[in-house]
Amino acid sequence: MTATQRPTVAKATPARQASRPNALSLRIPEPRARPGEMLDFGNLRLSRGSAVERPAIDVQAHEIRDLAYGLIRVLDDDGQAVGPWAPALDTQSLRDGLRWMMLTRAYDERMYRAQRQGKTSFYMKCAGEEAVAVAQALALAPDDMCFPTYRQQGLLIARGYPLVEMMNQVLSNALDPLKGRQLPVLYSSRDYGVFTISGNLGTQFIQAVGWAMASAYKHDRRIAAAWIGDGSTAEGDFHHALTFASVYRAPVVLNVVNNQWAISSFHGIAGGGDSPFASRAIGYGLPALRVDGNDFLAVHAATAWAVERARANLGATLIEHVTYRAEGHSTSDDPSQYRPAGEAAGWPLGDPVARLSAHLVAIGEWSADRHEALRKELLETVRAAGKEAEAVGTLSTGSRPSVRTMFEDVYKDAPWHIREQRQQLGV
Amino acid sequence: MMATMNMIQALNSAMDVMLARDPDVLVFGEDVGFFGGVFRATEGLQKKHGLERCFDTPIAEGGLIGVAVGMGAYGLRPVVEIQFADYIYPAYDQIVSEVARLRYRSAGQFTAPMTIRAPYGGGIFGGQTHSQSPEALFTHVAGLKVVIPSNPHDAKGLLISAIEDDDPVIFLEPKRIYNGPFDGHHDRPISPWAKHPASAVPEDYYTVAIGEAAILRAGEQVTILAYGTMVHVVLAAVEESGLDAEVLDLRTIWPVDIDAIVASVRKTGRCVIVHEATRTSGFGAELTALIQERCFYHLEAPIERVAGWDTPYPHAFEWEYFPGPDRVAAALRRTVDAHG
Repeated sequence: MTATQRPTVAKATPARQASRPNALSLRIPEPRARPGEMLDFGNLRLSRGSAVERPAIDVQAHEIRDLAYGLIRVLDDDGQAVGPWAPALDTQSLRDGLRWMMLTRAYDERMYRAQRQGKTSFYMKCAGEEAVAVAQALALAPDDMCFPTYRQQGLLIARGYPLVEMMNQVLSNALDPLKGRQLPVLYSSRDYGVFTISGNLGTQFIQAVGWAMASAYKHDRRIAAAWIGDGSTAEGDFHHALTFASVYRAPVVLNVVNNQWAISSFHGIAGGGDSPFASRAIGYGLPALRVDGNDFLAVHAATAWAVERARANLGATLIEHVTYRAEGHSTSDDPSQYRPAGEAAGWPLGDPVARLSAHLVAIGEWSADRHEALRKELLETVRAAGKEAEAVGTLSTGSRPSVRTMFEDVYKDAPWHIREQRQQLGV
Repeated sequence: MMATMNMIQALNSAMDVMLARDPDVLVFGEDVGFFGGVFRATEGLQKKHGLERCFDTPIAEGGLIGVAVGMGAYGLRPVVEIQFADYIYPAYDQIVSEVARLRYRSAGQFTAPMTIRAPYGGGIFGGQTHSQSPEALFTHVAGLKVVIPSNPHDAKGLLISAIEDDDPVIFLEPKRIYNGPFDGHHDRPISPWAKHPASAVPEDYYTVAIGEAAILRAGEQVTILAYGTMVHVVLAAVEESGLDAEVLDLRTIWPVDIDAIVASVRKTGRCVIVHEATRTSGFGAELTALIQERCFYHLEAPIERVAGWDTPYPHAFEWEYFPGPDRVAAALRRTVDAHG
């Protein structure tokens, strides 16, 4: 079946239309392909790397509106870095970036299996989106404050947060730094500059603006960065963030990770069909960059531009990262039920790990053998960390923090009713 | 130095004192900056402390509470004004899912030590969008404290305590009594705060502890639990009924001063609870449950609730809706007369 032979779903009822020729009809957006249909990426709005200019950081937002509709790319099909956005990253940084992306992927694969083995309740991978978090961690200063969603685990990994700590959280074991209170993957690490991740989508976006306002108020040098998915841009928090960031010129980098899918809803349900998410910034007077999110160099370059601008007290930038969620939303859904098989493999912007690896090979700094050796090394790293964490315990072994801790931290000091309820439970 | 203040002046003084004492305190909300707030609670603060210490925000309650969460995570102590408690609902997700739970979900790594001020309650012909009493929506949420003062002295001392508290505080201000105590007799002349002893307010720093009720009148026949404007209605009803009632001003409704309540009800054996909020699942329901759990064998009569009716707050029927002194007095009489 081709895209043009699709069954007529979500169309106005023909009989009704025929009887009322000028009647209104309701549009319910649908993706270009559903399971069993031909892949169709015809609405992606791609551009060539050299086609998008890199403006000065003190440009006025209205002068660069085109960037919201173009696509910043650096890596070409031959793995060469081309165009005005090609960053001056040394090869060690590139190799670090590749390592962290591959480590993130290896970590995800192990924890996904751990969930399938019943060692925890839930897991979420970021397969295909590793460049976003890892390249951005590299472009931000280590003490800049991150307000991520649940799919930027690469931030923690790139900042050197111990894998075992992450695993302890996912397994809700006795050493879980969050004491068994949070769903797996909703990490928090003040020491590593990662804000407590919320399961209520979008809330972090405006909070990051508040953190950035506080930093500006205190004449600090640190900036904030926030992430949100394409689906959650429909939440009020997204629009609050753009309003407040614009009004108070907050030093914050606002990222939309457009991975095309919000569970089973394609990006068009969030309003991404008629105008790119980056273009939302235009109405708020903020600069917008739309970037190839699977191009490590492009993500780094766009982020570095926004970081430099924020640190120069020039305010916020909205960056849309065009990427693809290569696997399910979480361990709780089966993407083959709502999108065509092979859509991930056919994604026109490729795979971020493969593309950065190919670039390093193209510039003579990498090889297939070294890549395979690194893959095996990271597999072993993750395996060792997994053994260590599982030795502490898993959700299924019942090795949890003391039940008494369930009643702690509701308030700074437990009021009478919390103390009383703890006694009722007998802990 | 003592001064005579109404509630607005006392609240203003609390914020003034804290802005001066702590550079991490910021005051913001809709119209609070140059104008000083629609009820003038922040009047003069921007001019005195600077544009960036007291400023206007966009009309986006979810946005300004979200911003306050981020500021709290940074280490500031935001004091935000929601122009009317009726407007707080757009911020409910941020308050319930974020503000209240940051400390818990991050195991103490991040906290949201903010004070959310909101004028609430009826008696001003504000109709259904300027008269509501949503306190029970916040007492139901683990991690929040809810404070409601009933006079200028408590208002200042409690607001300073709230700002200094390391947990988030919902600070509801009974707007009907901003300028003077109101006993519910809407047909009588208004009495200014200057004639009330609680208008004597220290000009400098002091606190009133969160979590402590005040016994405004000692008595033997029946205990009355109230807060906000209703405290004054209750005192009038007691005087007019001639009963020897014990009147507790809860001041903090969560965590409530359970010891003071239990001690009083065990003494009197009878209890009437009075609030403006709608009756069903109102805070009176929680108080009733707490009392029967702890005082059942001391009770000599059913616990009565006098509350707003379970309707939206109607504009033209202000005084039929508002639980005035006659309704309170009737409930007192029934409770005192009841015999098992």
